Amino acid sequence: MKSPLLSCRGLEAGYGASQVLFGLDFDIRPGEVVALLGRNGMGKSTTIKALVGGLRPQRGEIRFDGLAIHGARADVIARLGVAIVPEGRQCFPNLTVREHLLAFAARRNGVAEPWTLARLYALFPRLAERAGHMGNQLSGGEQQMLAIARALSTNPRLLILDEATEGLAPVIRDEIWRCLALLKAQGQTTLVVDKYVEKLLPLADRNLILERGRIAWQGSSAELDAHRDLWARYLGV
Amino acid sequence: MHERFPGLARRLPWVVLILLALFPLVAPALGFEYYVGFVRRVLIVAIAATSLNFILGYGGMAALGHAGFVGVGAYTVVALVEAGFSSAWLAWASAALVAGVAAAAIGAVSLRTRGVYFIMITLAFAQMLYYLAVSLRTWGGDDGYGIYSPLGLGAWLDGAHAQVFYWVVLAIAAGVFALFSRVAHSRYGHALRGIRDNETRMVALGYPVYRLKLAGFVAAGAVAGLAGGLLASHNAFVSPGLMHWTQSALLLVMVMLGGAGRRWGAPLGVALWLTLEEVLKMYTDYWHWPLGLLLLLVVFHAPQGVAALFERRGEHGAAR
Repeated sequence: MKSPLLSCRGLEAGYGASQVLFGLDFDIRPGEVVALLGRNGMGKSTTIKALVGGLRPQRGEIRFDGLAIHGARADVIARLGVAIVPEGRQCFPNLTVREHLLAFAARRNGVAEPWTLARLYALFPRLAERAGHMGNQLSGGEQQMLAIARALSTNPRLLILDEATEGLAPVIRDEIWRCLALLKAQGQTTLVVDKYVEKLLPLADRNLILERGRIAWQGSSAELDAHRDLWARYLGV
Repeated sequence: MHERFPGLARRLPWVVLILLALFPLVAPALGFEYYVGFVRRVLIVAIAATSLNFILGYGGMAALGHAGFVGVGAYTVVALVEAGFSSAWLAWASAALVAGVAAAAIGAVSLRTRGVYFIMITLAFAQMLYYLAVSLRTWGGDDGYGIYSPLGLGAWLDGAHAQVFYWVVLAIAAGVFALFSRVAHSRYGHALRGIRDNETRMVALGYPVYRLKLAGFVAAGAVAGLAGGLLASHNAFVSPGLMHWTQSALLLVMVMLGGAGRRWGAPLGVALWLTLEEVLKMYTDYWHWPLGLLLLLVVFHAPQGVAALFERRGEHGAAR
């Protein structure tokens, strides 16, 4: 078995006196797609914040490729090869699509086949058509594609998607799922947070269910598909 | 100011440059000799404003102490003159260097704050520089310092033409304008605009935001210092008033008037403001009134600055 790319041990985090995560233990191996599931308020966003350096863990250890990153600055973690597609897209209103994709493209992180503008446009042809448009002149779906392409342009070793399909039209959501499947086929290690469990099943290799800051269950998509009782108990589906 | 006339977009800088270069040659025939000095002053102030536009318009750093760096540059020239140096090139290079060092020190502290705190802290530093200059008796203190022995440009340049200093200023202004325009559209420029829009996101994307902002702040401070050095040569006089906070505010107003974050914003704002000031002064002592009205008009009808009026609606960002 490959050694983990990301490893969390006893991760505890929260906001001031309010503790949200209570000793999370999980690994993400190279090439794996892991889904982080749970109802609202169970600690998914807090977990992601702790992983990308947006929140300093109170206890525990996070290792990325063997290197301890708990407490490291967000920009340092990003340069190691962790890219996040944030909830709400957060495209830059005053940069064109092309500038979005070029501004961050210098980072290689030692990947064999770095993302070029041409490859990104091939993945999202809609962005090629909108290359000269500003970030705030795009539809929600196009902004989401841009946010994913922007993250890919940094050539991440771990891609984190936080509610990437939230608020999108079904046809655009399908487009995003298609791209994520394509990325998986190319061996992109990914952590996905999303509420469309049905759509995540064929994509995810493993699933983690968070319940009140603890991992209540983890297993393969086939196992999650077989245990529909978990869906009602932990996911409110 | 180019989308409506794409051909003009490429040629405009060259047309402006040639017209400005020819101006000292045709001005005497038109009886405009006095205005050669005036245009030279506009060019120097435009250099300082262009540097402010870079950090304000592209980096979102609303510094209210930029005149402080202009003053540091001017007083560096005074210090060198006082020490017996006479090379203008050395004086101006030193002005830029010393102002850059001052900007590094001030920026290192100021850039740890944001928003209104950044405005206040840059204002505070500039006022400290102002009161430091007031207290320096050897360099004239409150009365200022007259530069009575003109700085030399070099053997062949000094005797070439009466207006050689004008062309040197024009060349420097053109170089500064071209440099900042290029940098604004480089990857670093994109990063600065990203920082202005969403600093947290830029950190998450792996950018050392503080270092990038500091680099821009230092570059802008150094260029403002260069403008200060040129202004010292232009006026042959330096006083603490040069770095008073009202001068910083005036620079901000001129950049906003022209269009912050727009390529032509700073030179256009400076030219418009100083020309109107010059013209209005001929007719009334109360010239601040019409200038105030102009600002109101701009706020209501061109909140993105005068330069934005020349850009096609909706595509301004790409043209910046």
